[in-house]
Amino acid sequence: MKRAFKAIFIEDNGVKHTIEVPEGWSLMEGAVKHLVPGIDADCGGACACATCQVYVDPEWSAKLPKKNDMEETMLDFAPLVQPNSRLSCQLRMSAALDGIVLRIPKNQH
Amino acid sequence: MSEKIVIIGAGQAGAQAVQSLRAEGFTGAITMVGDEAYPPYQRPPLSKAYLLGQLERPRLFLKSDAFYAEAGCELLLNTSAKAIDRAAKAVELTDGRKLPYDKLLLTTGGRVRKLRCPGAELPGIFYLKTIADVDALQAAFLPGKRIAIVGAGYIGLEVAAVGAKRGLQVTVFEATDRVMSRAVSPAMSEFFGAEHAKAGVTLKLNTGVEGFEGNGKVERILAGGQAYDCDLVLVGIGVLGNDNLASEAGLACSDGIVVDRNAMTSDPAIFAAGDCTRHYGREGIELRLECVQNAIDQAKHAALAMTGKPKDYSEVPWFWSDQYDLKLQIAGLARPTDSLALRGDPGQRKFSVFHLRDGKVAAVEAVNAGQDYMIGKKLIAEGKPVEAARIADLSVPVKNLLT
Repeated sequence: MKRAFKAIFIEDNGVKHTIEVPEGWSLMEGAVKHLVPGIDADCGGACACATCQVYVDPEWSAKLPKKNDMEETMLDFAPLVQPNSRLSCQLRMSAALDGIVLRIPKNQH
Repeated sequence: MSEKIVIIGAGQAGAQAVQSLRAEGFTGAITMVGDEAYPPYQRPPLSKAYLLGQLERPRLFLKSDAFYAEAGCELLLNTSAKAIDRAAKAVELTDGRKLPYDKLLLTTGGRVRKLRCPGAELPGIFYLKTIADVDALQAAFLPGKRIAIVGAGYIGLEVAAVGAKRGLQVTVFEATDRVMSRAVSPAMSEFFGAEHAKAGVTLKLNTGVEGFEGNGKVERILAGGQAYDCDLVLVGIGVLGNDNLASEAGLACSDGIVVDRNAMTSDPAIFAAGDCTRHYGREGIELRLECVQNAIDQAKHAALAMTGKPKDYSEVPWFWSDQYDLKLQIAGLARPTDSLALRGDPGQRKFSVFHLRDGKVAAVEAVNAGQDYMIGKKLIAEGKPVEAARIADLSVPVKNLLT
């Protein structure tokens, strides 16, 4: 069995979703499988739509891999972008991210 | 009585429609019928990460089972529709059941085009469209085996790349004079052809397939007047729109179910979305697209129209392909008469080809250049004039092309 770790998604209205994401899966995949509202993920994880944006709490930002070109560009065109915005399809779950807190923007389109 | 919507076809467009119908406030009953054993799943990874064994099956599914339960969508899998009774507004299933509908959505997708030549039915000849297809191929897709791939389109080349990575001996047979000739510019074809050759793939261009031979299973492929030994064959020669159900019901069809800009068929109670439709593109040209973008966007437009909020469909189409460590991203539809502007150096394996028409960007093909792709897509949507010389000038940051 694959190990799974916790991720906490918080909706714009404050509703909190604590879910288990298998190691190696993207945080987007975890959110979609657990029906976390507000993670639309139109393209299914191909980094082609920027509809899985999350805001990463500062204490976790440093533990994430840097944005690549593609993610950076997609975010340039996403709505409601903040300095701590990331695309959750590009973030892979690992032991280091156990308990990560992600806030969901008001909308993705 | 609450309204009933029936969706035939459990693929990307069907799943999107369920989500969008609920998002648009539809509160009636939804039933989705699919002839495969699985709920809607992503097809693009089938010829890439899934074939390579880097993506487990559960990760292919677009939604969780809980999604359908929560959306109040009844999923009838392993179930085929036999006929549409438009007068009675009911779908007849092959198991005899009848599903009444107020509105019907057809997301029936496509089916692979099959080779018709001597020996085409021999065991060991595979096609790739479904999870079941890949699972069948996997058993024969082993290091050291000689695989003959018919067709150098997306599917053929993606399987060639995975095959080369897995240690198979790969030969690709292509009837035209370049790879991906339907999808990309000659410069891009040349680049990808060279990349495959570097990876050890043998490319046979201008080589049509005449048949197959073998004793109980495929052992030789006959192409271009010669015979080549092989252990297995993968055929990727295109997809046909699944419009039989619609055409038998008397709906207008022409290699695809004909729909208007609101995804409506020639029957106002019946809509269609995705690979199965022949629709008007943003340039006013009738076309049938096989891609995730069209499945998603057209399904959204169908949901809007079905909930009484029609909005004309004119999205920019986009496509992608992964081969080796190359990510090819395309937006827009190119024409052979477009003039081309190259940005970057193919030798660096990061570059793009912009297609210009009437001084505006009509399409962009980008290799490992996501930014060029995104900016290109935006330029296509905005229809702003851009000079070819500025596109080609790397001292102009690509973002500046927007201003």
